[in-house]
Amino acid sequence: MMYEIVSTVKRDYIIDLARQGKRVDGRALDQYREISVEKNFVEPAQGSALVKLGNTQVLVGVKLERVEPFPDEPSSGVLIVNAELLPLASPTFEPGPPDENAIELARVVDRGIRESKAIDLEKLGIKPGEEVWAVFVDIHVLDHDGNLIDASALGAIAALWSMKPPDVEDWKLPEFPISKKPVAVTIAKINERLMVDPCLDEENVMEARVTITTTEDGSICAMQKGGVGCFTPEELEAAYELARAKAEELRKFIG
Amino acid sequence: MEKPERLIVDGKRLDGRAPDELRPLRIKAGVLKRADGSAYVELGRNKILAAVYGPREMHPRHLQQPDTAVLRCRYNMAPFSVEERKRPGPDRRSVEISKVAREALEPVVFLELYPRAAIDVFIEVLQADAGTRTTGITAAAVALADAGIPMRDLVAAVAVGKVDGTIVLDLTSEEDQWGTTDMPVAIMPRKKLITLLQMDGHFTGEEFRQALSLAFKGCEQIYEAQKQALRERYSVKREEGE
Repeated sequence: MMYEIVSTVKRDYIIDLARQGKRVDGRALDQYREISVEKNFVEPAQGSALVKLGNTQVLVGVKLERVEPFPDEPSSGVLIVNAELLPLASPTFEPGPPDENAIELARVVDRGIRESKAIDLEKLGIKPGEEVWAVFVDIHVLDHDGNLIDASALGAIAALWSMKPPDVEDWKLPEFPISKKPVAVTIAKINERLMVDPCLDEENVMEARVTITTTEDGSICAMQKGGVGCFTPEELEAAYELARAKAEELRKFIG
Repeated sequence: MEKPERLIVDGKRLDGRAPDELRPLRIKAGVLKRADGSAYVELGRNKILAAVYGPREMHPRHLQQPDTAVLRCRYNMAPFSVEERKRPGPDRRSVEISKVAREALEPVVFLELYPRAAIDVFIEVLQADAGTRTTGITAAAVALADAGIPMRDLVAAVAVGKVDGTIVLDLTSEEDQWGTTDMPVAIMPRKKLITLLQMDGHFTGEEFRQALSLAFKGCEQIYEAQKQALRERYSVKREEGE
């Protein structure tokens, strides 16, 4: 992936704004951009969601397919999360196999869903040792204006909550076995200030970010720090409190 | 191996350690002839080698940065390092680990001193028993120092987690597999700054705080061992009678 170029003027401007507790797009430090989630956007998928987070747009589709189980979990279903940073989404994205950013994105979303045990994979067996259901969550990034992690995680869980059971004989469950709503909240650090939902300009100048995924009871199921800066333990505690509060707001969009 | 009924019995873990105890740690600096800097770390059954090359000319040239050196990091597991043979070459896990390891090390390196150059860090896992990314970072920091690269501090790293409801330091692979939570942490000890944080599993807010402070405690111990390894490498040994 190519680098985003940021002019020194803009960089200094955003960093100075942060010092004053302000942001380049006029938001409060704890304010998300406008969020919309449109479920069942594509018909052939069993579940899907188009998420808009300001100008960032991510489409997530979920397909169910029969696969062979993993040998260590012969009767359990399989969750596979994949992310594509499409060249149509940014001048810096290039065609080709997933780079480290796409892989990190997919793995952070995967961990939030997997570790919260939102999907009861045990129920997705067909014939133990022979066949199980695989849940393919495909994240399609359409427009990259920052904070792809939160948009993708929200899209993935919303798509999973919108699942229609497949119309095939082997499907025995009344509905898709999902029970929790993990929500990822990403917090950027700029000039010693913490702010949620960094837009692209902020991502380009931030020192570091941390993504904290929480479930309904406020407990943490996944975390990931990114970027070349550092956090103090106090900042991480503040980030957790922010993540917990913001996740409640975002969870309403899952429906 | 079957899941044991309990992973902590009478306050002791399966390998006899207390919850806040590290596995036996051994660090040696300067173990490779050709590398500019290197280190070998054993933590319990982990055996990890790190090598640093550079600052050297960046290839391919289009990756050069006019105002700074570029730190590159490759984490790789030997096919024979785990029970079931690992297919050689990068997989998604190792690509992600390489990225977070680079981001964990970059804050300590004065990259701005070497415009257009590359500094390459190679982390080779020879034998794995959980905590390879953190042990790899611990080794890489010593290798960077051994290469004589100007640094603000070392980086010390360790994993903490939750096993049978107890917060524990430095998980083994059994504890990683059957425990509830795994949280790798790397810090710059002098300023108490966190440069790597990942977590999967389940923590309440309070457990997270406890785990983080236990990680700091573990990192302090590792930090001392790192400094000791560098002292041993560079202290001048006088011959008898000199």
